[in-house]
Amino acid sequence: MLRFSNIHMKFDKEILSNINLEVKKGEFLSILGPSGSGKSTLLRLASKILDPSKGTVEYKDQREPLIGFVFQEPTLMPWRDVLSNVVLPIEIKNKKNQLTKDYALEWIERVGLKGKENSYPDELSGGQKMRVSIARSLVQGCDLLLLDEPFSALDEVTRRRLEDDLLQIWEKEKFTVLFVTHSVSEAIYLSQRIIVLSSGPAEIIHEGHINYQGSKKDFLESREFQEINNNIYEKLEKGIRE
Amino acid sequence: MNKLTNFISPLIALVIIFIIWEFLVNILSVPLYILPSPSDIFLSLINNLNELLLATLNTLKITLVAFIIATILAISLAVTFSLSKILEISLYPITVIFQVTPVVAVAPLILIWVGLDNAETAIIILSVIVAFFPVLANTNLGFHSVDKNLKEMFIINKASKWQVLTKLNLPFATPYILTGMKTSIGLALIGAVVAEFVAGTGTSTGLSWIIIESGNRLDIAKLFSALVLLVLLGVFLFLLMSSIEYNILKRWHQSAKDTEG
Repeated sequence: MLRFSNIHMKFDKEILSNINLEVKKGEFLSILGPSGSGKSTLLRLASKILDPSKGTVEYKDQREPLIGFVFQEPTLMPWRDVLSNVVLPIEIKNKKNQLTKDYALEWIERVGLKGKENSYPDELSGGQKMRVSIARSLVQGCDLLLLDEPFSALDEVTRRRLEDDLLQIWEKEKFTVLFVTHSVSEAIYLSQRIIVLSSGPAEIIHEGHINYQGSKKDFLESREFQEINNNIYEKLEKGIRE
Repeated sequence: MNKLTNFISPLIALVIIFIIWEFLVNILSVPLYILPSPSDIFLSLINNLNELLLATLNTLKITLVAFIIATILAISLAVTFSLSKILEISLYPITVIFQVTPVVAVAPLILIWVGLDNAETAIIILSVIVAFFPVLANTNLGFHSVDKNLKEMFIINKASKWQVLTKLNLPFATPYILTGMKTSIGLALIGAVVAEFVAGTGTSTGLSWIIIESGNRLDIAKLFSALVLLVLLGVFLFLLMSSIEYNILKRWHQSAKDTEG
């Protein structure tokens, strides 16, 4: 689906160093790393908002995948109601019609906001705003979903609900996910694969697969979850260069 | 404090000031050509109502025309700046000249260029010069304040420059533009009045002309009544702009919601 080859990224100083990473179609991959390690930069490279200083980012299966981006903040347009926010990507592509409106309404329902179509962002809670942001990024049919610490500002209960809803949607739609987070347990809970970046200039210092077959609830309470958690935490700690 | 108290308190204060003023002018026997009492001013207002209303309408017309031209010019220029960084860097410092040059200083030049026969056009131009900058500066600030992530979302969705302008930049900058317009409408009135003063007697028919003429004749009560209408006009224009701002922003912007509270 997506390949990062020998990526170097430099702004004032070098942020990313020799990143090589292949993301498979339909995979849920989480990126962990200390603050300032270039996790968000990696997402911006994946979406081609940024070009790398060195190296290449290639889409393998399609030339131009449909990309959805969910930012740390919901990033909604306060002058538009929920429906108009969700329908925006379709509107930009000049494909807005009654069918797409129905499709947007369907997505609003799928993220649990039925009845809130005409509410303005200011009238929604933090979790509801994030649900609108997710619906907006998926409404046009998404091949690659990039999420940049989307749930970091939410309380624990809302966060878990959104994680479960995201997983449910992903399992049905099977788009590729690149998920940036600071939370080790969140990454383990959600992902099939986790990569850990060191502090800047960031390199990939660990890569691990999650292969638990049972339910997520059982996994969360399992000893395996705790072991993976401890292992990744250790790697993260070592990766932070003082 | 409820809304009624907020509205009535300044009115009561004003009435008290008028009563004290009336009382002091009468008790101290202040001559009419120095300071007329509020009742003298009111009488003069009634006696010269037609002439004063006509002058008020003329000043209002010039102010609104200048304000509309200034707003269109300023927003168009800010849009141009948002599309071309090099134009912004080159021209924005030059536009500051409009802000820092006193209108009185350029008035004679504009009058010569436009011709003394076209004093009204000169007044409109001078008023535009005064009212132009706040809208430009605020619109420019609004465009520069657009959320970085929203911009990125438009880039990811491959939006055209026109779509970025109409669906993102202009709506995002709307509260900024309206703030600029609220300042600008008051300045357009000030510009119109000052320009009319500079244009001189007999060349126009606005409230400034009444003030100049009444001053020359030492008809201070009439001068004051023109001044009262000028103040009321300024307040009316400010309230008009505030009401437009409130109605545009009431559903989604915090500033309008704070006004409601």
